[in-house]
Amino acid sequence: MIRLKNVYKTFDSQNVLNGLNLEIPAGQITAVIGPSGEGKSVLLKHMIGLLKPDSGEIEVDGESILNLRRSQLNRVREKFGMLFQNAALFDSMTVFENVAFPLREKTSLSRDEIAERVRSALEHVGLKNVNGKFPDEISGGMKKRVGLARALLLNPKIILFDEPTTGLDPIIRRAIHQLIKDTHEKFGFTAVIVSHEIPEIFDIAQNVAMLFQGRILQIGTSEEIRTTTHPAVKQFINGSLDGPIRLV
Amino acid sequence: MSYCIYYFLYIRGYAVSDFIRSIGHYTLCFLRELGRMGGFLLYSCYIMARRPGSPLHILKQIKFIGAKSLFVIFLTAAFTGMVLGLQGYYTLAKFGSEGMLGTAVALALIRELGPVLSALMVTGRAGSAITAEIGIMRISEQIDALETMALDPFKYLVTPKFIAAMIALPLLCAIFDVVGIYGGWLVGVKLLGVNPGAYFYEMEKAVVWRDISSGIAKSFSFGVIIAWIGCYKGYFAGHGAEGVSRATTESVVMTSVLILVWDYFLTSVLL
Repeated sequence: MIRLKNVYKTFDSQNVLNGLNLEIPAGQITAVIGPSGEGKSVLLKHMIGLLKPDSGEIEVDGESILNLRRSQLNRVREKFGMLFQNAALFDSMTVFENVAFPLREKTSLSRDEIAERVRSALEHVGLKNVNGKFPDEISGGMKKRVGLARALLLNPKIILFDEPTTGLDPIIRRAIHQLIKDTHEKFGFTAVIVSHEIPEIFDIAQNVAMLFQGRILQIGTSEEIRTTTHPAVKQFINGSLDGPIRLV
Repeated sequence: MSYCIYYFLYIRGYAVSDFIRSIGHYTLCFLRELGRMGGFLLYSCYIMARRPGSPLHILKQIKFIGAKSLFVIFLTAAFTGMVLGLQGYYTLAKFGSEGMLGTAVALALIRELGPVLSALMVTGRAGSAITAEIGIMRISEQIDALETMALDPFKYLVTPKFIAAMIALPLLCAIFDVVGIYGGWLVGVKLLGVNPGAYFYEMEKAVVWRDISSGIAKSFSFGVIIAWIGCYKGYFAGHGAEGVSRATTESVVMTSVLILVWDYFLTSVLL
């Protein structure tokens, strides 16, 4: 379980997280929705210790991750996998090397075993014949899928997805959502998905949290959020221009 | 007089206090930056001692910093040696000591110009590239990706460059010295008619191991400076393409200045 208590974070006098409280239940998929620029990616980076809050508490499986030494933090990070918004593939490595990298660095598998695992992971996300290509030679959607293969490869206990399907065509989007759902059913990991894919996200996530103005406005099951009466959450889900959320 | 003091302290009081505040602000920023740079160097040394990175990574970096700088080192060294030959000949000719040309060229190159110029050339060619590479990795979240895999970015990005620079710079400096000496020989002996025997014989007599070792020590420390500033500026590059471009410029300027300042202090100790 991941727990954030009263978390504040400011960048250049702009309050991004403003006393945020959130509990991510273990073994379930929780989606974080909210308008762009409200700090959803910042929230994910706090969960894995890439950013430190100005104040507040962050716990992973009951252990505070603030004030940990690098080696202790790395021990906590072993539990995580993360898919970044722009995939964050190593641009000097081929697709194969990118996916194989965590296996080479963190396991003692043989070269053949690594090749087999990478081939199977790439096939799992619908990619073939791209092993030798560099990230700048493949499309944005393919990059996301390579990033997804890399994040899923070590079967982490917790996976953070930062907009896993943004910019993808509807078929690939559906396929990625199905893949996350199937993999979750198979391995039972804890997942946090930052997404704008409404209403599809309600079919994948068990819980949905709405982030607005640095706080969680509402959290509940997918059904509860889908049928919410909260004016701001309702406006966001319906994509309406009228309501408490203003464009500027 | 008292009116002037009154004017500056009270009527222009706002401007004066603003000025003093800005000096304090910049001093604090400077000290913070200095502390962060010192911490970066210490942590790099700590990681280098504990987990220096794979030999393959280090070899790749030696190829990039060292082997790929050879052309520019050859070119600079040859022309530096030729200019030294030319200038040295006309200066020494005034005292009738043309035979000392080899000694003058060799000592100037081995003790000073070889380490400094080779380091400045590597700064322009490889130091800037190191900053740009790490800076782009920073802004495209590749460094964050390494951290999320519970891997230390220093082991993959920083320490191989430190080790490679510390190995490559003394080698490049040695090549610079040899090419420069032959550049001086070309002008002095072949063009201006200095006795070839005197050119090398006087040089052999005058150059001692201490001159060579001080040159090696200098280029070794310049290697540390190039890797340190290059990696640091890239690691903390600002946002977007502009942030990387600013970091690259700052890296080249700061490394070049630091090389010259450090050269003075090191020379005063090693002399």
